[in-house]
This record gives sequence, structure tokens and C-alpha cells, in this order.
Amino acid sequence: MALEGSQTQVRLPDRLQVYLPRIVLSPTIAAAVVFIYGFILWTAWISLTNSGLLPRYELAGFIQYTKLFASDRWWVASRNLGIFGGLFVLFCTSLGLLLAILLDQKIRVEGALRTIYLYPMALSFIVTGTAWRWMLNPGLGLERVVRQMGFETFTFDWLVNSKMSIYTVVIAGVWQSTGFVMALFLAGLRSIDDSIIRAAQVDGASLPRIYLRIIIPSMRPVFFSAMIILSHIAIKSFDLVMVLTRGGPGYSSDLPATFMYTFAFTRNRLAFGAASAMMMFMAVMAIIVPYLYSELRVKRDG
Amino acid sequence: MMRRCLVVAMAVVIGMSFAAADLFAGEVEVLHWWTSGGEARSVAVLKDLLEKEGHTWKDFAVAGGGGDTAMTVLRSRAVAGNPPTAAQVKGPQIQQWGDEGVLANLSKVAKAEKWDDILPGVVADIMKYKGKFVAVPVNVHRINWMWCNPEVFRKAGAKVPKTWAEFEESAKKIQAAGMIPVAFGGQDWQEATVFESIVIGVGGADFYRKALVEADAKALSSDTMVKVFERFRSIKKYTDKNAPGRDWNLATAMVIKGEAAMQFMGDWAKGEFTAAGKEPGVDYLAMPFPETSQYFLFNVDSFIMFKQKNKGSIEAQDAMARLILQPKFQEVFNINKGSIPVRLGMPRDNFDSPAQRSMSDFVATAASGGLVPSMAHEMAVVPEIRGAIFDVVTNFYNSDMSAKEAARKLASEVQAAR
Repeated sequence: MALEGSQTQVRLPDRLQVYLPRIVLSPTIAAAVVFIYGFILWTAWISLTNSGLLPRYELAGFIQYTKLFASDRWWVASRNLGIFGGLFVLFCTSLGLLLAILLDQKIRVEGALRTIYLYPMALSFIVTGTAWRWMLNPGLGLERVVRQMGFETFTFDWLVNSKMSIYTVVIAGVWQSTGFVMALFLAGLRSIDDSIIRAAQVDGASLPRIYLRIIIPSMRPVFFSAMIILSHIAIKSFDLVMVLTRGGPGYSSDLPATFMYTFAFTRNRLAFGAASAMMMFMAVMAIIVPYLYSELRVKRDG
Repeated sequence: MMRRCLVVAMAVVIGMSFAAADLFAGEVEVLHWWTSGGEARSVAVLKDLLEKEGHTWKDFAVAGGGGDTAMTVLRSRAVAGNPPTAAQVKGPQIQQWGDEGVLANLSKVAKAEKWDDILPGVVADIMKYKGKFVAVPVNVHRINWMWCNPEVFRKAGAKVPKTWAEFEESAKKIQAAGMIPVAFGGQDWQEATVFESIVIGVGGADFYRKALVEADAKALSSDTMVKVFERFRSIKKYTDKNAPGRDWNLATAMVIKGEAAMQFMGDWAKGEFTAAGKEPGVDYLAMPFPETSQYFLFNVDSFIMFKQKNKGSIEAQDAMARLILQPKFQEVFNINKGSIPVRLGMPRDNFDSPAQRSMSDFVATAASGGLVPSMAHEMAVVPEIRGAIFDVVTNFYNSDMSAKEAARKLASEVQAAR
């Protein structure tokens, strides 16, 4: 009797240790399976049908994709994603790195500066978009202010110019996310072993040279994370465009995400919208899969 | 003791739920997006009338002007098999919901209330699915209006235009006097609103019906349409640079403040003038869009009614349908909302002068064939086709595409959206 009691006393925590994590995680996993993977499959199915107002489940082949590729507006949206995504990642990374390096020089009010630069990240894209819409509006913001200062011919009308409107989205996006990338890089810079840098200094290397040859190359993983995060922000980017330009003038600053919303939810073309969503999904996969692959390979090698 | 308490409590709960079932027997749940001041007050009138007849009203208001959010909610409710009693859905979308087989048949009320006699034929047809009423119209908005600030015209020495030539002449004078001739909002639906007024002005009612109701490829790519596009573009030089993305009410404010001379917008713009304390005929003028005085582009708000399971709900639904078209609700609601009654033969003394003009034009055009559904406001074509037209119109206006190219594209994009 006593023996039995002591046995269960030993076993119970053991068993708990084995099962508790599974019990705790199972709702999350179930939710993820249904709400992420389940709905991806559902969307894929819908994209192969003729659904309009409400979902219908009879397969109709790849007709929606054919229509999608024939649509002018889809190509404008894709091209815009290319411009926006490329410039957004490029500028955020380079400006973020530059800021991080400047902040890394052991300056006095670093903590305060870091907070100031990081602060835009705390704002929602809705707020950023509204603020920049006012600032870039020719009759209200920058152009007017500069003209009032006496430069009568100054023009900055990208926001209302259909050829340039997508670049205003880049400006606002970069402003928003640079601080975050800076914080990432700053953490990376701090994690580099001081003794290597000191050794280089003893050898007489200049500071720019140390950064270029030693520090930046050793931060490759940080670059990688930054790029992954930034590119997925770019692909899912929706609220910023909705508020800043509303996809306009015309549909010149439309992005795939706003395209999908417009067609699936305001034009009763559910299947067509689903097809565009699947194309966005493919784009994300094209970025994530090589990343996962390289991550997993590194682990195996190590 | 404990047990007895429990029994009593349970009895009370059960009794209450029976009472509740009785009480809620006649409930209507109404999905709408009339949430702004005047609109909410207008809806409250209907609620009061229903409650006087012993039914309950459950508001299912989804904020967000155009109703995109509301439609998404409605869709998910319909898919889940639990749609509300009534929802604010209009135009050809009524047919699309009809195809899904979820709408109630209102023939009984319609017959008793003689809807076929009190509604103009064009409007009644839109409310019917396969010959049976499934929706109730609430009000009529006229789209082809031009709102003018007479003070600006006076200052510039220009006259309020009736034809396109006069428009060009006045606009030039106003521009020379340093004011903005046209207050324009560069959003696709606003551009489309102006565009469709030009279509009917240039091509007439038959052409309009061929092009924007039947979406006939030949009409869409015709020479008349090329001319429409050219005229549409010519407005651009009379607008200011900040127009892209501007909300319609901000454009109206420009006319109110005297910064701009005119705005092309439906009669909801009147609400802005009224709210600013302006008098029609004195502080502002409401005129038909140039060259469209014999036409009436209408936008009718309506409620579609979903099939109900229990008897109480069906009764409440019928009561709601009946009350909406009663003269009392028609008058109070439309005075609040700035629109005109959809019911013909209403007394017009309590309406302001633009509304009175709208009411007589509504009757006159219904007789002459000049009464046509608005494409921009979801009355003429299904959302797929409307979207395709919007895309071409807004892309044309905001780029340097030629008018010929635009007309060709209009036909091909509409074809692709079918």
C-alpha cells in the first residue's frame, strides 16, 4: 500500500512533465491547423471555382487565374508590390544599419535616441498613413510650406500623381519600419565580441574598415531576419495604402492585398479574389521556403 | 430548503424564457449602415412605428459608410444559415441574393398595399425576383445634380450653365477670376458619378441603357462613348490639384465656403448645405447636371427580406415591409435623409425646393422614359461589371490614356468581368 502510494507520487510529476506541454499546446495547434492551414486549403479550393457573392463548391478549373493574368489592374498591383517591396526592404535595411552604427558609437543619450527612432513602430500604419497623407498633400503639407517660405515654384505632388504615388507609400513605410530594423541591428552589433574589434584596432585598422570587413559580414543572420520580416510586411501591406492613397489616383498605387480585398469583398468576385490571394501566398512561400531550408540546414551542420 | 430554492429558481427561469419567447415572437433584426446623425434619426422613425404595432426592433448597424463591412458580415451570416430579417441591399444585387434562394416572398403585402400602383415600374422591377417582390424600396436619390454657389458665379461674372458650351465658358471665367470652377473628389465612385451624368447627357436615355445597364459591348466602344470620355477629361482642367482622394463632403464644403463654384454630386450633398445653415435658392442652387434636365438618374435604397422560420418573425417582417411604404414613414424619413419618397403621389408641402423639383422630375421622367438607374450607385449593373467600369473610368481620368483607347478598354474589361 505504502509502496504503491510512493510509486504514484514519483510517477505523476513525471507523467505531467511528458503530457503537460502537449495538453497546453494542443488547442493552439488545433486552432493553427484549422484557421491557418485549413483556410489556406479552403481559399485554394474557392480559387478554383466560380464563386461570386457566396462561396460555391463546384470546381471550374483555372479560369480565375487566367482572368487574373489578363487583368491590367493585377499587373499594376504586382508591379507596385515589386517597387514598394524592393525599395522598402532596401531603404529600411540600409538606413536601419546606418542608424544602428551611428548609435553604436557609445554616445551619451543613446537610450533616449533609440526610443525616439524606435517610436514610429509603436504607431499603427493607419496613423502613419493619415499623418503622411496630410504632410504630402500639395495643398496642405510640404509643398505649401516650402512655397510659403518663398520658393514659389517648388513642386512635390507625388501623392496626387499617378506615376509617383506608389513612392509615397515607400516613404511612409520606410519611416515607420526603419527604427525597428535599427533596433535589430543594434542588438546584433552589441553581440559581437569586443576582443575581435580590439585586435583589429591593434593591427591599425580604421573604424570604417573594421565595420566593412569584420562587423557587417559577421551580422549575416541579422540581415537575413530583417529581410524576411520586411518582405512579409511588404507583401501583406494593406492598411498603409488604404489610408495614404486609397490605391489612387485611379488604381495606380494598388497592391495585391488591396486588390484582393476589393474584388473579393466589394465586387462579389470571391473566386477571383481567392485566386489573387493564392498568388500572394505563393509569393510569401517563395521567400519563406528558402529561409526555412537554410535555417534547418545550418542546424544540421552545426 | 436548498432544493426547494433551486426548484423555484428553475421554475422562474423556465417561465421567463416562455415569456421571452412570446415577447420576441415578433422581432425584426435589421442590418443597415445608416449610422450618421440624420440617418440614424430616420431609422428611429421606422423603429417607433414597428414598436407601436407590438413588434421589437433589433438594430444590427454596421458602421462604415458604403457598407462594404456590412456586406461582409451579411455574407458570413447567410453562409452560416442565420441571416437577419432585413438587410440594406440594392439594385441588381437583389437578383444575386435571389439566386442564392434565401429571400422571402412579399407578394401578400405587395398585393394588399398595391405596390405595383404606388411605385414607378422601373423601381418595382428592381425589387422583384422572378416576378415576386423580395425587397422594399425606401427612398430615391437623384444623382445628376449640380450644386452651385451663386456668389462665386456673380463675382466671376459667369452664368449658371445649362449646356456644356455654357459650362466651358463659365468655368473659364471663374478660373480667370482666381477661383476653382469645379470642386472635385478624386475617388473612383465620385468620378463614376460624374461620368454617368455625362453618358446620359451626351447619349440620351436609350444609349445610357444600352451602355451602362445592358453593358452592351457595341455601345461601350462606340463613337458616342469616345465623345463621353473626351468631355469627361475636359473637366479635369477646371479642378484643383488636391482633388485626388478627396471625400465628397469636403468638396461640398469648398462650394459652401465659396472656394469653388460647383460640384457634381447626388442630392445627399444637400445635407451638407442644410447642416451649414444655407438656404436653397439663396445661398446655393441645385440644378440638373448640364444637358441632363430631362433625365433622372436614380439611386433607390432598399431592404431585402430574408426567409423567416417562425410565424411571429414573418408577421413582423410583413409589418416592416408595409410600414416602409406608408406615407407617414416616407415623409418623415425622406425629409431627414434629404432624399425623396419612392411612393408616388405624396403631398410635397413639407419638402424643400430641391426635393420638390426632384419629386416632379421623378414623376415626369417616369412617364417620358428619362428615368434610368444609376450605374455608379449600384442600381444598374452587378458589382462585377460596375467594378470593371470604375477601373477603366478612374484609370482614364488619372492617366493620359486616349479617349478611343478608353472606350475600347471599357468594352473589353466589362466583357472579362462577366
